[in-house]
Amino acid sequence: MSAPRMYKTEAVILRQRRLGEADRILCIYTPAYGKMDVKARGVRKTTSRMSGHLQPLTRCMLQLAQGHVNDVVAGCETLESFQPLRENLDRLSRGLYAAELIDRFAPERMHSFPTYRLFVETLRRLAEAEDLDQTLRFFEMRLLDQCGFRPELEACSGCGSRLEALDNSFAPISGGAVCHVCAGGIAGARVLSLNGLKVLRLLQHGSYNDAMRVRIEGPLAREVETHLRSFIVSVLERDVNAAAFIERLRREGARHAVEA
Amino acid sequence: MNESTPATAAPLARLIDELYKLPGIGPKSAQRLAYYLLRMPAAEARALASAIVEVKERVTFCSICQNVTEVDPCRICMDGERDRSIICVVEEPLDILAIERTQSYRGMHHVLHGAISPIDGIGPEDLKVSELLQRLRSGEVREIILATNPNLEGEATAMYLTRLLRPLGVLITRLARGLPVGGDLEYADDLTLKRALEGRQEIES
Repeated sequence: MSAPRMYKTEAVILRQRRLGEADRILCIYTPAYGKMDVKARGVRKTTSRMSGHLQPLTRCMLQLAQGHVNDVVAGCETLESFQPLRENLDRLSRGLYAAELIDRFAPERMHSFPTYRLFVETLRRLAEAEDLDQTLRFFEMRLLDQCGFRPELEACSGCGSRLEALDNSFAPISGGAVCHVCAGGIAGARVLSLNGLKVLRLLQHGSYNDAMRVRIEGPLAREVETHLRSFIVSVLERDVNAAAFIERLRREGARHAVEA
Repeated sequence: MNESTPATAAPLARLIDELYKLPGIGPKSAQRLAYYLLRMPAAEARALASAIVEVKERVTFCSICQNVTEVDPCRICMDGERDRSIICVVEEPLDILAIERTQSYRGMHHVLHGAISPIDGIGPEDLKVSELLQRLRSGEVREIILATNPNLEGEATAMYLTRLLRPLGVLITRLARGLPVGGDLEYADDLTLKRALEGRQEIES
C-alpha cells in the first residue's frame, strides 16, 4: 500500500538505534504497512516531546511524513505503554523476545493485521500473565502459523504416515514431528514425548484460554520450548538474541533461589 | 564502499573509505570530509592525524572505574577527597562528564560501557558488570546510584543490576525520573507523568 505524503498509523515500536547527534531510527510494526524503519528527529534530547512516546514496546499513534529514505515521525501519542512489562525484568525480557521474533519474521512494508493483533495481544498478556513462558509458546506457535511456517504435528513430516500415540521425534529440518522410523535418517531429530506432542497440538489448535488452562511445567515445558525454539532457529537460519538473555535470567534466578 | 574511479586519487579514495567506517557518516559525508581534509593546511591535518594516533596509544581504561583515562587509576579514582562509599553507575564515559558538570556529586563512578539490549544480543557479559561486583567486595561501598539512561535499555540494565546487587546488602538508588526542565506538561507521556507525580516534593518556603 503506498502511503500519502502525511499519514497516520498505529504502531508498536520494536527497536531503535541511534542516528547522528540526537536522532533515532525506529523499527516500527504497523497493521497497515507492516514493518518499517522511520526516523525520529531530536528524540535523544531530554526536552524532546516525543521520546517518551517512542520507547520500544509502546503502542502509539504516529503521524508520519514521507521522507527520501525513511519516513519521519511528525507527531506521536501513546495508546498503550504496557507498563508492567517495563517494571519487571522477566516480563520485559519476554516482551523483547516477542518483538525480536516479529522483527525477524515480518516482511517490510506488507500489511499484517492478524499478526499485528497477535503481537499486541501477546504484549498485553505478558504484562498480566502468570505463566510468561507458556504465553510465549502460544505466541511462537501462532506466529509460525500466520507466517506460513506451521509445524506438521498430525502426520510424520518425513513419510506422511499418521503419528502413533507413543514417543516420536521432532525434526525442524523436516518441518515438524517425524515417526520413529524416519527419525533415524534425519539430522537434528530429537525425541518428542507423547505429552510434548499433545501440548504442541494444543498450542496449534486451541485458543489462548485453552492453552493456558493446562499447566505445563518442568521437563515438559522445557521440551516444548526446545522443540519450538529449534524450529524457529531452523526457519530463521539464525539464533534469537533475546533467548540467551531469558536463559541467563532463568539460570541466575535458580542460583539465587538455591543460595537463599 | 570503495567507489574510487580513475578520477579519484588512490590516497583520497582510501581516506573516503576510512571515513565511511565512522558512525553516522554516509558515502556523501565521507567524500565531503575527505575533500575538506585535502584542502586543510598541512599543519592542521598533521595535528588531527597525531591526535587520532595519540588517543589510541595513550588513552586506556581506568582499572577501577573503567572510565577512559591516560593515567591508571584515573584522576577521579585517585582523588582522596571523594566519597568512596558511593558509586554512580553510568552507561558511557560521556555520562560521567555530564554528572561532573553538575558539581553536586563527590562520589565515585563506574562505567558499564553500554546497556543491556537483548534484541541486539548485548547481555550483562558484554558490560563491565563483573568489575563492578569486584569493587563491591571491599565492603567499603554503602550506596550504588544507578544512573543508566531512562530508556528501555537503561531500565533493563538498572533492573538487572538491582537484582544482582540486592543480595549484597548495599543501598541501591536510581536517578529521579520525571519532567525535564523546559518540557511541556501536555506533551508528557503517561509513564513520565506518573513518575513525576510519584516523585513530587514539598515546596520549601
